[in-house]
Amino acid sequence: MMDGNFDDALTGEQKIRNFNINFGPQHPSAHGVLRLVLELDGEIVERCDPHIGLLHRGTEKLMESRTYLQNLPYFDRLDYVAPMNQEHAWCLAIEKLTGVVVPRRAQLIRVLFCEIGRVLNHLMNVTTGALDVGALTPPLWGFTAREELMVFYERACGARLHAAYFRPGGVHQDLPPQLIEDIDAWAIKFPKLLDNIDELLTENRIFKQRTVDIATVSEQEALDWAFSGVMLRGSGMAWDLRRAQPYECYDEFDFKIPVGTKGDCYDRYLCRMAEMRESTSIIRQALAKLRVEPGDVLARGKITPPKRAEMKTSMEALIHHFKLYTEGFHVPAGEIYAAVEAPKGEFGVYLVADGTNKPYRAKIRAPGYLHLQAMDHLAKGHQLADVSAIIATMDVVFGEIDR
Amino acid sequence: MSDALTELATHIEARRPNAVLSWSISHGELTLEVLAAQLVPLVDFLQTDGSCRFSTLVDITAIDHPERSQRFDVVYHLLSMYQNQRIRLKAAIRADDMVPSIVTLHPSANWFEREVFDMFGILFAGHPDLRRILTDYGFRGHPLRKDFPTTGYTEVRYDEAQKRVVYEPVKLVQEYRQFDFMSPWEGADYILPGDDKAKA
Repeated sequence: MMDGNFDDALTGEQKIRNFNINFGPQHPSAHGVLRLVLELDGEIVERCDPHIGLLHRGTEKLMESRTYLQNLPYFDRLDYVAPMNQEHAWCLAIEKLTGVVVPRRAQLIRVLFCEIGRVLNHLMNVTTGALDVGALTPPLWGFTAREELMVFYERACGARLHAAYFRPGGVHQDLPPQLIEDIDAWAIKFPKLLDNIDELLTENRIFKQRTVDIATVSEQEALDWAFSGVMLRGSGMAWDLRRAQPYECYDEFDFKIPVGTKGDCYDRYLCRMAEMRESTSIIRQALAKLRVEPGDVLARGKITPPKRAEMKTSMEALIHHFKLYTEGFHVPAGEIYAAVEAPKGEFGVYLVADGTNKPYRAKIRAPGYLHLQAMDHLAKGHQLADVSAIIATMDVVFGEIDR
Repeated sequence: MSDALTELATHIEARRPNAVLSWSISHGELTLEVLAAQLVPLVDFLQTDGSCRFSTLVDITAIDHPERSQRFDVVYHLLSMYQNQRIRLKAAIRADDMVPSIVTLHPSANWFEREVFDMFGILFAGHPDLRRILTDYGFRGHPLRKDFPTTGYTEVRYDEAQKRVVYEPVKLVQEYRQFDFMSPWEGADYILPGDDKAKA
């Protein structure tokens, strides 16, 4: 739609007006329901106004009328590409407030599945990002590998996507021994797939033309726009919550933090590829520890259910089970901010408890929200075709942005 | 950790005595109660001071306390990647108070302030573009206020006759049930049928 009418006495040159288009909400490379109002001067983006909230489900409002345990599955539905990482933040917030110590084996399982989540996320992002700039094959490979990981999710907790596996006080159930072996077998062969994707993309002329020097983020810009995760590390800041403010038992693991130099889309792609290799190594380390360290996976106490066998003989255990799943547990009054290094960046939960069985207020801090906010800043001056490359590199998922 | 936080808190309090009302440390986190009017100079100080360098704005949100005269708490979370520290600022405001916007110091505050405006109806003075962000175009009310019902006031459906989406008042086919599992033996402050007999 061209705005302005052309019957006035302006010269031909003056008649040129900027062009406004709607990008999305049904555009396939908008990675969900994003509506961008773009003002274009020819093919150059002059202004970009993201309209979000099309997937707003009122999670924070709903959480205020549900118990702590009932709220947990909402976190799977935020960033549905890597569900367990979100649950982790919620569990950490509750555990900090109640002072529960998670058993060692549960910590290892959490680390294991957080890293699987990171691989799930980066596989999705790198390969569909390549699709956005024209490469068709990587998504087909990436989704095959994601499918294998989904099966591991299913074998651990029964659900492929919406896991509800991390619980306050640990994880829901222990892993079957065969699953540990199977994940290990997968982790041995997985780097081969990364090599293949590497070979296809890293030195690919078209891929480099579309990503090098696109959406360059300097260190200061990354701070101003409060970037986290790969968006920050791509600009050369070695900031990773797993290293800087370790939670669970991340401090025992040996991993490197890949950083970029220029902070463009290509650097961030390289960071994600390197992070997947690091995650695979963490997965193998966690599996090695899991093999030799048996134990309980839930901190037995008031916030976790009793053992099934106990419930058959003990009246107290039966009452506890009933009360836990109806009334839920009470969290002492207080406020807490718990953050995890989710695959997309710092995912945090600010929880205000008033001593009852429901949170008084829970604020979800999603990394993608801030990344998308900088869209106007990053897209300005780029071509229209680069917009999809920028959306891809920001790694946005609307489940977490719209909440 | 707690020593460093105490040191940080006393440092900030000494340098900005008129902005900081009080401070506390709980669960290893430092919370400053601050004066909303002094927010901009305080955040600027926290950003530039060598021993703070809170360069990253993590989050802005609000909490509704309908029973208080100062109804809202506006909560800021800041992170210093240089000192590896976090800080929380809380400013209590009345429902009709304006909060100074910190967009000039932290561009990332833009959407956070829009969200707080959208969800709580708190106005930010000096914000360049205070539109709604998460709710529908033309939405009325502020959903995260405690007096806003979870079901909302309007619902939408596609009308086959008019060939468009229509807005209607919420009609619930069954009563909205708010399950209350609080034990009547402890903590329940309401009166159950038959409670009067206990006194007699």
